[in-house]
Amino acid sequence: MRTPRVLAAAVTAVTALALAACGSGSGKEATAEPSPAGDGKITIYSGRTEKLIKPLIENFEKASGVKVEVRYDDTAKLAAQLLEEGGKTKADLYFAQDAGGLGAVAKAGLFAALPKDVTSKVPAEYRAANDQWVGVTGRSRVLVYNSDLVQAADLPKTVFDLKDPRWKGKIGIAPTNGSFQSFVTAIRVSQGDDAAKAFLKNLKDNDVQSRSGNALIVEDVNSGKLAAGLVNHYYVYEKAKEKGTTPDGLKAKLHFFRGGDPGALVNVAGVGVLKQAAKDPDVRKFVDYLLSADGQKYFAEQTYEYPLVAGVATAPGLPSLKDLNPPKVDLNDLDSLQQTIAIIKGSGLVP
Amino acid sequence: MAAGALLAGAVAVTPLVYLLIRTAEAGWERVAEELLTTRVALLASRSLLLAAVVTTACLVLGAGTAYLVVRTDLPGRRFFGVLAALPLAVPTYVAGFCWIAAVDAFEGFWAAALLLTLCSYPYVYLPVAAALAGADPAQEEVARSLGHGPWRTLTGVTLRQIRPAVAAGGLLVALYVLSDFGAVSLTRFHTFTVAIFTAVDLGFDKTGALVLSTVLVVLTVALLAGEMATRRRGARYARVGSGARHQAPQRKLGAWRWPLAGALSGVAFLSLGVPALSLAQRMIEGVSRADPLGEVAVAAGNSLRVSALGAALSVLLALPVGLYAVRGSGWLPGLLERVSYAGHGLPGLVIGLSLVAFGVHVVYPLYQTTTMLALAYAVLFLPLAVGSVHAAAAQAPPGLEEVARSLGRTPWSVFRTVTIPLTAPGIATGAALVMLTCMKELAATLMLRPTGMDTLATELWTQTSAGAYAGAAPYAALLVALSAIPTWLLVRGNYRELS
Repeated sequence: MRTPRVLAAAVTAVTALALAACGSGSGKEATAEPSPAGDGKITIYSGRTEKLIKPLIENFEKASGVKVEVRYDDTAKLAAQLLEEGGKTKADLYFAQDAGGLGAVAKAGLFAALPKDVTSKVPAEYRAANDQWVGVTGRSRVLVYNSDLVQAADLPKTVFDLKDPRWKGKIGIAPTNGSFQSFVTAIRVSQGDDAAKAFLKNLKDNDVQSRSGNALIVEDVNSGKLAAGLVNHYYVYEKAKEKGTTPDGLKAKLHFFRGGDPGALVNVAGVGVLKQAAKDPDVRKFVDYLLSADGQKYFAEQTYEYPLVAGVATAPGLPSLKDLNPPKVDLNDLDSLQQTIAIIKGSGLVP
Repeated sequence: MAAGALLAGAVAVTPLVYLLIRTAEAGWERVAEELLTTRVALLASRSLLLAAVVTTACLVLGAGTAYLVVRTDLPGRRFFGVLAALPLAVPTYVAGFCWIAAVDAFEGFWAAALLLTLCSYPYVYLPVAAALAGADPAQEEVARSLGHGPWRTLTGVTLRQIRPAVAAGGLLVALYVLSDFGAVSLTRFHTFTVAIFTAVDLGFDKTGALVLSTVLVVLTVALLAGEMATRRRGARYARVGSGARHQAPQRKLGAWRWPLAGALSGVAFLSLGVPALSLAQRMIEGVSRADPLGEVAVAAGNSLRVSALGAALSVLLALPVGLYAVRGSGWLPGLLERVSYAGHGLPGLVIGLSLVAFGVHVVYPLYQTTTMLALAYAVLFLPLAVGSVHAAAAQAPPGLEEVARSLGRTPWSVFRTVTIPLTAPGIATGAALVMLTCMKELAATLMLRPTGMDTLATELWTQTSAGAYAGAAPYAALLVALSAIPTWLLVRGNYRELS
């Protein structure tokens, strides 16, 4: 039988592979450069969906002559992928749906600080304190409600009113969603851990309905399966767009909480530049474009988010960013998620 | 053969090596804190319960359909033969999405079980149909001539003849249920896989997700051991005696012909009709439009290309494993065959992360290339091909190879001219199964595809995650339509045996 010799060879090969993987498992190898600086090409890892930002990227390509390669996945998966890739990532820039994803990558030390003249275009509350990332657009947490099932006069004054028995079994949430976590963090930071725990417990006791994403909540509210739900404001616009109408034509309406309620948290979608691309002029051009009047106008008109750079108007029908009355929460705190996660897991709302 | 099988084993355990390294890095304290909880016990029992119910349902539905289509005078059986395989092309995330839109309060255990059964019974149907078509009817005739009735012949002879195919199919279904995310997340039945995805979504907790995955590995090993325990030693599945094998006689269904055809139509309606109607309705309601035809064609081309690559690589690795398992002796062949199942019980997300690490640290030039993606498909779907090759090889009489050798042929020549032709139906079945499954794979594809490459599955995800359901419909339709081609080739093979 030849088997023993072959077996020995194969075992050696497997062991070598395993050792190679072990030896390099720490992720501290020499930095590989993804695309050489200034070669007219950049690579983006985008947690924002292709449907929303592809036209913007095409506009940028036309305007700048820079070729953009985009890897689309969701924000959390891309953060996990970036953390696994470490210094050997092929990404030049990470475009995330929320501050939490940016914070996690920043914490791993993968981002280069952005120049002050870039970050200063955006108000301090919508960027990292250490300039590791900058917000591009704002999104407000809202209560979406079905206007047939809920009278405007009966809308809750604060998100804490949702424990009222009249909302029993009628409210939708997306507890695994990044923006829901940020919102719970906002409760923690502004009112303390016990308040956050009590809030989630009350929701659970009131038979809150979990969905895997915000879009599904808006769908169920619009069709009347749910009376109301906690989502980000622009999902209603997306739904209207798909139905070929305006938000006025939908049953699903927006209710903004007032008075600094945590239910009105304004989170950002933003970008961070990976270390190895810090000096790439093409990457800089893209960041500048996102924060230019053209870029900001695109988001305001096409994705109905809040522009963060002064001088660009908000989409018609939305209260302006200044008129919103968000809670005082430092988005830098949103990367300190462990406590929030422990609370969400402990609530029994997620597996 | 042994070397090839060992190589395949090495590929299959890549994710396990990664899991072990990362778990060890996490430290025992973290592992204990993460795993020794009632939550983990609850999740594991949920996953197992779901796997048990879905596997049982798939065995009944899959083997029953196969028998009706291959061995009876069911009206329109060719049509049903193709139809029964097509649900394989429907991703659980699409089916789930359609069902929750169509049925109010479609959630919980039974909803998840129904969805998973409808989407995965072809894993049993296809290998069993191939085995029934390839089994030697002489054994059944002997049983009948010795006085066994039809029912005793079916249970005592036919079922035993096709046991490897039934077991392989059942195992695939059980492991698939463990790893599925689409159906369970949409029906809000929280299984282990949901917890793993949640760990990543909640706070980007890669380590927590990986530590949890080790439990799925343990469950996989338990299922493999369970399947092993059902095997009979010294069983022979090849035909006995000389002469050409003839066709199995058709069982006359009599008055049951039309009711049974109706039942199969009902299953097809639930598995294909409901998703199709739901997508059609959304297409009419929505105003978003699919991308220009060119982009759709590019995505379709990419899907076919990477899936074909994945299927080719899987079959190449599966061939030595399957043959060695049947022809080799000692404990090693069986072990390697079991090892090839390692990746199938893990979610695509975990396979994706492990191959990101493997790509970045070991084979960097291959990272984010189609080769890497094909490798991921092979790790995930190797057992689909191994099972088919094994079943076919078990039905091929080993005497033929021995005779060829004794007549002076070299081992390579015997392999080429005797072994390959004899196992060809199994190879084809395996390739088609893997290809169909690759087409709809999403999580690993998103993570490992070359940057900028779209496939039908990723486009479907892009459209639905932006709520553009009308835009998604053409991609879904094309995914099913393209899958019908390998399905047809697959099923046609079974009929050639008949007439």
